[in-house]
Amino acid sequence: MEGTAVRGRLTWQSATVTKIIPETARASTIVFEIPDWAGHRAGQHLDVRLTADDGYRAERSYSIASAPGEPVAITVERLEDGEVSPDLTEELRAGDEIELRGPIGGYFVWDPATNVGPLLLAAGGSGVVPLRAIIRNRELTGSTAKARLLYSSRSLPDVIYRAEFERPDPGLDVIYTLTRSQPPGWRGHAGRVDDALLAEVAWPTGQDPLAFVCGPTSFVETIAEGLVGLGYPEDRVKTERFGATGGRQ
Amino acid sequence: MNPLDGNAIGGLLHEVFGTEMTDATGTCANCGTTGPVARAVVYLDAPGTVVRCRNCSSVLMVFAQVRERTCVDLRGLAALEAR
Repeated sequence: MEGTAVRGRLTWQSATVTKIIPETARASTIVFEIPDWAGHRAGQHLDVRLTADDGYRAERSYSIASAPGEPVAITVERLEDGEVSPDLTEELRAGDEIELRGPIGGYFVWDPATNVGPLLLAAGGSGVVPLRAIIRNRELTGSTAKARLLYSSRSLPDVIYRAEFERPDPGLDVIYTLTRSQPPGWRGHAGRVDDALLAEVAWPTGQDPLAFVCGPTSFVETIAEGLVGLGYPEDRVKTERFGATGGRQ
Repeated sequence: MNPLDGNAIGGLLHEVFGTEMTDATGTCANCGTTGPVARAVVYLDAPGTVVRCRNCSSVLMVFAQVRERTCVDLRGLAALEAR
């Protein structure tokens, strides 16, 4: 085997930024070319490491936004007091090199070959990123699994991948709820996800649905508890929490 | 800071155990709860990284990084089984 990556080992490697796509005023998608990429599954993440001139290092985890087989991409939302995200969203340019390692994770992963039941995808803010990888994987593999995305966002301009989600797809429903501000004439949901909205959107348990919930800790706990309350078995509710510092963003 | 979950330390666990561990099954030595590591409660800035049981809050694992070394304490686990 050529190259430096040893199978099974997770090693830091250099990736080249090939493209930066603005998604919203605060979020951008960064597309990489990675020479030693083993291939990933929908829902996995990668770690990014930045090293300052004085040797100080900061690491963050980012969900992979692209489907298996597509060039590896992450979507980063800028945090005002962030240590890493401002560099990634403002300083980084196509052609730059960056250190990363991955793919990481085997729990928050969707496998189109073995999961044919309906999908309930619940996103809080940038928690939509790994769910977008699942949606694209579903589309690109021609999966017959129906999918519903329940996406809680501060406002409509904060919705990431909106143009993509508005493309007609008969197997995918996207349900937004806008928590802070709604545009004039908004006929969708407003406010945080509550039990009534969850009950309306969730597939009946008899259809053996599989749920993926990703967002800030409080969002994930509300949704996961709500789904278990609706009769979803705990092992059919996959959860991933991210935080403002140190962890998944 | 809000606690996260075991997904957030997938990279660290892979580094320590040499394989994917978020889908590994852990058993709490205190209350006996069993479940995927991804579901455990994780504090990243504890100091060090502290993993607690989602049922009884007992400490399951502690990771401390000192320079290039990672010190690992697994006393809170009765079992840890990778797939």
